[in-house]
Amino acid sequence: MTGGSVLLRKEMLESWRTLRLPIVAGLFLLVGLTSPLLAKFLPEIITAAAGDQLPTIPLPTPVAVDAVSQTWKNLAQFGAFAAIVLAMGAVSTERDRGTAAFVLSKTVSRGAFIAAKVAAIGAILALCTALAVAVAWVYAAVLFEPLPVGGWVAMAFLAWLGLAAWAALTFLGSTVTGSTVAAAGIGFGALVLLSIASAIPNVGRFLPGGLAAPAIALASGVPVDIGDVLAPVAATVVLIAVALGGAAWSFGRQEL
Amino acid sequence: MSQPTPAAVTCRGLVKRFGGSSGVLAVDGLDLDVPAGSVFGLLGPNGAGKTTTLRLVTGLARPTAGLVTIDGAPVSAGRGGLDARRGIGVLDQDPRYYSWMTGRELVALAGELQGLPAREARARADETLQLVGLADARTRRIAGYSGGMRQRLGIAQALVARPRLLVLDEPVSSLDPEGRRDLLALIADVRASATVIFSTHVLADVERICDRVAILDHGRLVTEGALEALLAGYASPLYRIDPEPGQEAALSALAATLRATAWVDGVTERDGRLTVSVTDEAAASAGLLPLVVAAGVRLAGFERVRPSLEDVFLRLVGREPDASPGGRAAA
Repeated sequence: MTGGSVLLRKEMLESWRTLRLPIVAGLFLLVGLTSPLLAKFLPEIITAAAGDQLPTIPLPTPVAVDAVSQTWKNLAQFGAFAAIVLAMGAVSTERDRGTAAFVLSKTVSRGAFIAAKVAAIGAILALCTALAVAVAWVYAAVLFEPLPVGGWVAMAFLAWLGLAAWAALTFLGSTVTGSTVAAAGIGFGALVLLSIASAIPNVGRFLPGGLAAPAIALASGVPVDIGDVLAPVAATVVLIAVALGGAAWSFGRQEL
Repeated sequence: MSQPTPAAVTCRGLVKRFGGSSGVLAVDGLDLDVPAGSVFGLLGPNGAGKTTTLRLVTGLARPTAGLVTIDGAPVSAGRGGLDARRGIGVLDQDPRYYSWMTGRELVALAGELQGLPAREARARADETLQLVGLADARTRRIAGYSGGMRQRLGIAQALVARPRLLVLDEPVSSLDPEGRRDLLALIADVRASATVIFSTHVLADVERICDRVAILDHGRLVTEGALEALLAGYASPLYRIDPEPGQEAALSALAATLRATAWVDGVTERDGRLTVSVTDEAAASAGLLPLVVAAGVRLAGFERVRPSLEDVFLRLVGREPDASPGGRAAA
């Protein structure tokens, strides 16, 4: 794609210089560090906080699976927030500032412009997710027991896919509305609505929220039916493709 | 590297309407031919459609109807227009760049986006920044550049890939007199290898470097042609009557008398002076001064002048090219 690789390099450099990459990496690192710790010490924290008010309720002893669940939950929440923040100004800011016109007056297709931004957001999320999951695996191994590496790799991929979905929907909002605030609203709105819809039986497995159960099971070393993985993966991939296709279609028809 | 071949630009039936069928008609059926190798000035008052025309030429806007071609290849905003847009240097009216980049990085990026290898783009960036007088500031972040420096940077990024077509929208608007002089010299230098289209309200600049001119008004082409031919075509003699101060009433009476005279084509009053265009030079030579004397106007100056582009512009469009003080002062 004409100019795509040059623009991808520019996007990554911009993420670094404007501190987006270091800040998001720091957030994910914190998630990776704190999730197993939280799982391990949650009973002590609750006991210390409640004092004498919970004398008769026995708290279960934390196990490695709790570290997995905690890591997934934190990644899904803080990661979604980061994904929306990364994508909300991707196109609208460049249009507002006039820098999109600078780039597109060169020998660069609009498809390449969009693709470079999508690739950069995807790469940042992948890098940060991998960092968080790697750190969490080490902590879980130290605090509990080593869990299957392959399962954690699968969980990292599924987490990244889920975050990519929120980023893609926000990206669509940024492109179609041309407003960073509106894009953030669309991203958070979609996150809330689809998270609620995930609780509906037989619907949830066809939404990004359906990635949670197989991801946690895989990382915990529990066998998972392939259909339980493929259904949410396929649905999320379709959601991402539709959102990004819509963004590219819309951007191709816009005046700069 | 061999010099590029200048590109020819044509617009046929170009229409651009903003805001649907009842919206603003910015360009209205424009037919234009910009010959390869020419320095083409696009003139017009505010809202004439100059910037929209240039954005249509560069593919940044889509025409409502009509077609722009560069060397026969149709320009479009989509992928199909990439061939036509290859080798175009563009400077926007209000250039905005990535403030987190250094000047050198931005110009090199512009080069790479026009197909230069990274190493060559960096070398060319240094050369071009030297050319526009930004060599010392090349490693500074653009966020710290002044308006004039940004304009120079814009010129550098437009020139870095040695374009065959240079499209400049109000390129001197933020430049000081020295910067203006340097830019005009640069344009004169690139004319051997590139066609230059630029819009401006500084008519003196157009007279200095353009060989062809188009005047737009309300999105329509008023006239287009070689500068000399245009000046010759509207070469009816002009007389400037410069009265001593404090004779406003007498001057107005004289203007009214002149407007009613058969051989007078037009009278404009500006800055306390009258400019009179005539259809019969012999009659004017014999009759104009007696009319001034008869009106009782005491003269500080009286001269017969060759019409300037500004006179042609005023005659065709009926108003100033631009209301900004910079434009008037410079012109």
